[in-house]
Amino acid sequence: MSLDLLLLLAAALFSIGLFGALTQQSVVMLMMGLELMLGGVIVGAAAIWHFLTPDAADGQVLVVLAVTVMAVEMAVGFAVVTALFRTREVDTTDMAAELKR
Amino acid sequence: MTEDIVFWVLAVLAVASGVMVFRFDSMARATYALLLSLLCVGGEVLLLGLDYLGVVIVLMMTIEMALMAVFMVMFMMNPAGLMPMSMLHNKKGAAVICTTVFAALATGILLARWPARRGRPPTDPTMSLGMSLMGPQMLTMVTLGMALFATIVSTVVLSTRRGRYDRFGDDLRTRPADDPVPGGGGR
Repeated sequence: MSLDLLLLLAAALFSIGLFGALTQQSVVMLMMGLELMLGGVIVGAAAIWHFLTPDAADGQVLVVLAVTVMAVEMAVGFAVVTALFRTREVDTTDMAAELKR
Repeated sequence: MTEDIVFWVLAVLAVASGVMVFRFDSMARATYALLLSLLCVGGEVLLLGLDYLGVVIVLMMTIEMALMAVFMVMFMMNPAGLMPMSMLHNKKGAAVICTTVFAALATGILLARWPARRGRPPTDPTMSLGMSLMGPQMLTMVTLGMALFATIVSTVVLSTRRGRYDRFGDDLRTRPADDPVPGGGGR
């Protein structure tokens, strides 16, 4: 286990998530891609903290930030999907250009 | 040695299940694959000595994926995956972009001259995190708190069926509002 290997793992997770976010038609699947990308950010931040600056807690704070962003993204994402489906009966990104009545 | 084995097992599982998320036809399988991938991420964080954050990630992701499964059944075109269908668009372009991003990141990671380790991990990283969030990183903590509060308000507003235009019509000064259950003391 080394910094390079952990960062490569983070890059792989980020890239897979990016692929999902770019290709998926379903909004829920797109959100799964975003979650994977944030998973990569978490691994990267934890690795930087452990291998470079373990004496400062800044890397841990970045992990807290990423975890919070994950929660916010999921809550707001599901609320937007609910609003979108309720007003326009749309659940795919291709058909959802904007949120209007 | 044991640490390295655990790292590799978790890393391979995280990447493999991450890939399978977008290959499964069944939504339930995709959700569980994402859960497995994110649990492995939590495991890697635990392996790095961040016990509190690792456990938080594991617990949060378990609950989050349970909710995700419910929303998938509600909104997905083919939740059971009984009829194989493609839900992808611009697959080739996205593959090129993602491969380029990974290659660029990997090149940067392998070529960068990382600085030497500064200091030693504290005996209690959780205490260190708490002291930081309540001290020099207080602004971050306050901002996160406000963001979470704004999230609660905005999700309720977005999810509720009736908005102010449903209650008052086009003229928002109209009284009384057309509420299905009138509020106040005269109810």
